[in-house]
Amino acid sequence: MATTRLRDLAKTIRSKNAGVNAVTFDIIFAQRETYELVKASNAITRSSIADLFNIPESRITTFITFDPALAIKFTIRRLAPAGGPGDSDIFGCQQYAPLFDIEVPMPSPAAA
Amino acid sequence: MRDEFKILCPTGHLSYTRLEKGSMGLGLRRRPDAICADAGSCDPGPFPLGADESASPEEWQYHDLEQMLLASRRLDVPMVVGSANDNGNNSGVDKFVRMIRHIAREHQLPPFKLASVRHSLDKQYLLRELSADRRIAGLGGFADLTEADVAATVNFVPVMGAEPIARAMSMGADVVITSRTSDCCVFAGPILNAGFSKDVAYFAGKLLECASFCAEPYMAKESVLGTIERDAVRVEAMHPKQRCTPSSVAGHAMYEREDPEFEEVAGGCIDMTRCAYAQYDEKTTRVTGSRYIQRPEYRVKLEGAGKVGERCYIIAGIRDPENIKRVDAALAWAEGMIQEQFPLGDKYQVYFHIYGRNGVMGSLETLRNAVSHELCLAVEAIAPTLAQAETLVKLAARSLFYARIETKGTAGGAAYLTEDVLTGKSVYRWTMNHVMAIPDPYCLFPITVETVGAAVPATV
Repeated sequence: MATTRLRDLAKTIRSKNAGVNAVTFDIIFAQRETYELVKASNAITRSSIADLFNIPESRITTFITFDPALAIKFTIRRLAPAGGPGDSDIFGCQQYAPLFDIEVPMPSPAAA
Repeated sequence: MRDEFKILCPTGHLSYTRLEKGSMGLGLRRRPDAICADAGSCDPGPFPLGADESASPEEWQYHDLEQMLLASRRLDVPMVVGSANDNGNNSGVDKFVRMIRHIAREHQLPPFKLASVRHSLDKQYLLRELSADRRIAGLGGFADLTEADVAATVNFVPVMGAEPIARAMSMGADVVITSRTSDCCVFAGPILNAGFSKDVAYFAGKLLECASFCAEPYMAKESVLGTIERDAVRVEAMHPKQRCTPSSVAGHAMYEREDPEFEEVAGGCIDMTRCAYAQYDEKTTRVTGSRYIQRPEYRVKLEGAGKVGERCYIIAGIRDPENIKRVDAALAWAEGMIQEQFPLGDKYQVYFHIYGRNGVMGSLETLRNAVSHELCLAVEAIAPTLAQAETLVKLAARSLFYARIETKGTAGGAAYLTEDVLTGKSVYRWTMNHVMAIPDPYCLFPITVETVGAAVPATV
């Protein structure tokens, strides 16, 4: 089956600190249909995210889908608190790029 | 009791950059019942709290306070600014109060009532709690609070709930300035004071407090207008090019939070499990179903910062492609040289941020084999004193410069942006990120009321 990159399917892909010890990631879709297909595809799971970032699954403190926002959301525990020594992303807002290239087994959305 | 209460939120973080007057003006034309903004955040890290400095220039703080105060007086509606001066220290409240008085004088505003709410928490209070074996639990993986944490803390604040603000308003305050306050409570205070339920008040605050972040397309610092009904909350984007949609508002409800369904606030919890989002009109979304769960104990969050040391930086680039391939070997050599003079650990710390490889993401970076034509090394060194931090950063950067790797470029392995050491500000860490039960919502938050503004001169 054809695959499509997540960045071509999601409206928003972002990361941000959730408290000082974690970074939360949101993948938000514009259409319910796309959201449901991505969920059903199992291309994005707690375990696939752990593999992608090369971290133990225990570092992913939450992994959920949130229907009102058509969103997949997961949260990763930081190794050191935000804004502390050695931190290079104080707001935790530039950690999401690796999600762009996740290949989801489904056809591309029809051209607008 | 009225059926609707309108709040204008002109900025998601007062003065972090200046608020946008255009959309604020459009919002003011709708005659809001209150104008509210949150002025603080943990986002910029522990430095503002620890150093007792703001994260923003005074000019921008003055600008935003002036815009809000003039609008508030012109419309004769109250204004609330929470978590003064970014860190919410009492000194920040003092500073904002001084600015309000100054603005009032500048514009010769007629008299108005200013309420300032500071906190009265001190170390003795915390130590008494700890010696009475009352648990002060850590949040987000922090261990429970100990006496050592208290001793290591330079500045700390309890995070205020909505009740002191509602009380200040019931005392007739036209302007309320507070120390560190829970973001949504800056808005919940006026809503509760107007007689609306907790079920809508706290949730409305949660939606409004980041201003235009709950609207699309993405634009920061634009105004939103909240209309609170008995059983619902409407949010409307003020900027002509923005709209609040069920998607943008629901997306915002989960913004910067781990849990999109429950949010703990002082005194209780916002329950969003039954929220339903509907497009009300072109620019407005209406949300029903929010609930507030009262907790048996009134608990407040504690934020505290302690000093780690002083910090210096050196920035250098590498352009030799073979040196780039061998940068790990160069770093290993440099680390050996550093350890000869400084044992690295809590006291002496060195970080090599390698932009072009994994400077932004560090160990989370997934592109492990990408090769850039140039690298930027930001060398960060921390030590107890500034003199030591300077020596440490020079040692780190120069060891890299002289790194004994196989190379054609035998005149120097790094292109310094400046040979001067860049002096950073003092380094702090979060020593308190805890919750503590208190007897009632007001006991730590005394309210001071004063009259500000020129007496109207007798006409001749």
